[in-house]
Amino acid sequence: MSHLTDLPTWAAIPVCILLLAGSAITLIGSMGLIRLKTFYGRLHAPTLGASAGTILICIASMITFAVLQNRWILHEILIIVFVILTTPVTLMLLGQSALYRDRIEGQNDVPRKAAGEQPDTTGMDI
Amino acid sequence: MRYWFPYPLLSLALLMLWLLINQSVSPGQIVLGSMLGIAFAWAMVNLQPDKTRLKNYRRIAVLAGHVAVDVIRSNIAVMGVILRAGKRPVNSGFVAIDISLRDENALALLACILTATPGTAWLEFDRQTGVLMIHVLDLENGAVWSDLIKRRYETPLKEIFE
Repeated sequence: MSHLTDLPTWAAIPVCILLLAGSAITLIGSMGLIRLKTFYGRLHAPTLGASAGTILICIASMITFAVLQNRWILHEILIIVFVILTTPVTLMLLGQSALYRDRIEGQNDVPRKAAGEQPDTTGMDI
Repeated sequence: MRYWFPYPLLSLALLMLWLLINQSVSPGQIVLGSMLGIAFAWAMVNLQPDKTRLKNYRRIAVLAGHVAVDVIRSNIAVMGVILRAGKRPVNSGFVAIDISLRDENALALLACILTATPGTAWLEFDRQTGVLMIHVLDLENGAVWSDLIKRRYETPLKEIFE
């Protein structure tokens, strides 16, 4: 099925570099989940994979199949667009629930709301 | 015209999406994609999203360029922080920024930009006070960050959307 060996050297070299760079960045991002100590710090780590990792790997895939099939391959752009559009949803959900919980538990290092109502802690069982 | 094409940009984007997914620009696919684009734009009317008119298209290109540069720069910066995390304590913290943007689509775009650039995470936006809370991984100076986001992203977004 795969004819990756048909890939000429001039295309194989940039594809390899892009693929290795993309996966290395994603790996570093995943390592960040262990190495960073706070929850809010860990929020940042996976965005490495979501931004640079995805973009580099998708470009590598575009080049590979464009050269192999000898035509323009552009639908990987959709992967990049949708990943960038949807990651904020999960991240904001996680970040906001962490913030809400820390405020209710009264962690001192979490900033309180400047104004407006504070989270309602009455009747909440933590 | 507005009646038949309530969201021309959305229809156009859906057509592009259809053509990209099908990987073809044959006349048949263009007709089918346009029909789908227009039909979904009608469905969108019932969802009653905030109407926004894009202005200042040159500004959009400049902003996109800035974002691309920032994504690359912050990726490298965050990689450095993670790799050095064992030796040096990570100096991260919260930054509160007063934001005068109110347009929902502009705020959504700002959230996408802040999330796509590693190192900043959108935490909370208070609609009443207009205070945006973000978390910054490598915090040297809160005021600098707040200034940077206001100047680099908020001002162009205001010009584009409002």
